[in-house]
Amino acid sequence: MRLIAKFKSLQRDWVSWVPTLWLGIFFLIPFVVVLKISLSQATIAMPPYLPLFEWLEGILEIRLDFGNYLFLIDDPLYGSAYLESVRIALVSTIFTLVIGYPMAYVIATAKEPRRTLLLLLVILPFWTSFLLRVYAWIAILKTNGLLNGLLMALGLISEPLVVLQTDLAVYIGIAYTYLPFMVLPLYASLSKLDRTLLEASEDLGATPWISFVTVTLPLTIPGVIAGSLLVFVPAIGEFVIPALLGGNDTLMIGKVLWNEFFANRDWPIASAVAIIMLFVIVGPLMWLNRINSKIEEAQL
Amino acid sequence: MNRFLMLLLMVVAGSASAQGVVNIYNWSDYIAEDTIAKFEAQTGIKVNYDVFDTNELLEAKLLAGSSGYDVVVPTGNFLERQIQAGVFRQLDKSKLPNLANMDPDIMRIVEQHDPSNAHSVVYMWGTTGFAYNTKAIQERMPNAPVSSWAMVFDPDVVSRFADCGVAILESPTDILASAKHYLGLDPASESADDLKQAEDLLMGVRPHIRYFHPSQYINDLANGDICLAVGYSGDLLQSRDRAAEANNGVEIEYVIPEEGGVVWFDLMAIPADAPNAEAAHEFINFIMDAQISADITNYVFYANANAASTELVDSEVTSDPGIYPSDDVKAGLFAMKAFSPRYDRIMNRTWTRIKTGQ
Repeated sequence: MRLIAKFKSLQRDWVSWVPTLWLGIFFLIPFVVVLKISLSQATIAMPPYLPLFEWLEGILEIRLDFGNYLFLIDDPLYGSAYLESVRIALVSTIFTLVIGYPMAYVIATAKEPRRTLLLLLVILPFWTSFLLRVYAWIAILKTNGLLNGLLMALGLISEPLVVLQTDLAVYIGIAYTYLPFMVLPLYASLSKLDRTLLEASEDLGATPWISFVTVTLPLTIPGVIAGSLLVFVPAIGEFVIPALLGGNDTLMIGKVLWNEFFANRDWPIASAVAIIMLFVIVGPLMWLNRINSKIEEAQL
Repeated sequence: MNRFLMLLLMVVAGSASAQGVVNIYNWSDYIAEDTIAKFEAQTGIKVNYDVFDTNELLEAKLLAGSSGYDVVVPTGNFLERQIQAGVFRQLDKSKLPNLANMDPDIMRIVEQHDPSNAHSVVYMWGTTGFAYNTKAIQERMPNAPVSSWAMVFDPDVVSRFADCGVAILESPTDILASAKHYLGLDPASESADDLKQAEDLLMGVRPHIRYFHPSQYINDLANGDICLAVGYSGDLLQSRDRAAEANNGVEIEYVIPEEGGVVWFDLMAIPADAPNAEAAHEFINFIMDAQISADITNYVFYANANAASTELVDSEVTSDPGIYPSDDVKAGLFAMKAFSPRYDRIMNRTWTRIKTGQ
């Protein structure tokens, strides 16, 4: 009996080891490497930074350069790029939520064969390359593109709208690409919703709108938070969408990082930018996570 | 995605016999359609051909090491610094008999990047100028100074083209050097004051610029989405020809401005850790074949440095002053040296400020 119990606990341990190992290999080790480079100095060599540790006649010499971090504080460019990234991610997340919530609601309330079909349609775009889909938006939004062609043919506008290379194009791009990440957790949350609660609310005289605001919405907040996080977090570090759809004055941190790494060949500064970005993302993440667990506790 | 491809490439390269494969990393739209096939047919060596569109991307891969590439084609001022970093191996000139075809004058000019041409051979060369949509410009400004940098750098002129779209090449070295040259300053100087003047000049026209991009202007200009673009000569000439082929009413004209401008050389070189150095030499030698060089020039509209090929190049190409400039124009051209890392940082910071206002 005891042996079996021990075996079972070993098995359990093994199961928890898999994600730990995964995190260790694919998150912790790269993180340490980046952290290490961020404390080095750029130079003209292969790779283009000075080693941190050096054996000099049997003495281990360690040189840590915190100047890279001070430099980031010194130049307002980095601070404003972080803020700009958070702002663009936030606006895009709100866009995605506003579009995604009604979609998820319709899917969750649809009857069976239709529901599966609708879910499939949400996931379907993933079968095409992400890059191709963003390129497709260039064709839609550009000056001589489909959108302007349509609007002008309908006589709604006389001059083409400049949408491409503006922040609006970035919001559209992010909202479009990340929509499934918003819809799926919302769908999960909405389909778990106990319909009898809505009936009760109706019996007590609530209009559909009041029922929605006081019953449905509060009960699906965990879905809203999960979906928003899945959109917000990757959107902060987004590089491809602002690079292809955004204007040159859309300065997100991904672009700044690219500049440091490629244009300046300054891997140490680029690494420092990445490390700070991690903290910019982890901050709001932990805050939202705390709200989420509080709600879940309250619901139990 | 890209990394996965690279990995795949390396696995393929590793499993095939060392003689049988060569991995080429060249600029996009920069080779004739049949060059690779001809090389494969002649030598039996399989070519893995991959492309980039900025020097920075190439440089990052080279500096990281083990790029897996056998032949790469950086621009002179980038190559210069990469040689300092120890990226390239010296060429074995005994394996490059076609070196005899090369134009000694041009090979001498590029010695400023690569002393005694020890690591590199000129692939193609070109200029950084601008091209415009003749009809759109004519409509907006009948007496536009179409042969001068004023088209781009004078706010009174460029502001008239803002509505039809103005694009500038995403390359701080080329553009800031051109701006300094337009102001009568030394493009090669590392003076912070000169840079500030160039920045002020660009800031003055910034509100009229739609975007900065390394290659997008090729299509946009040809489609009529923009009407004025600063860029690489061959790219703009390809844009001109695409518009002519599409027969869409767009007519493009390329200009090397009368004030003079940047001339650059793209050079073939072999990374020190290239897995197939032998095949790489064969490839470079093959490109230096007079007929092959002529074919590429005819296709991409960049001049080569292959003296033996000139008579094989189409006369419409050799007579095009945008590709083979007259000696007068040539005298006004200048090549960029590599800057110090410190100046590079200040320059790129300035560039970000110009683009974003921050």
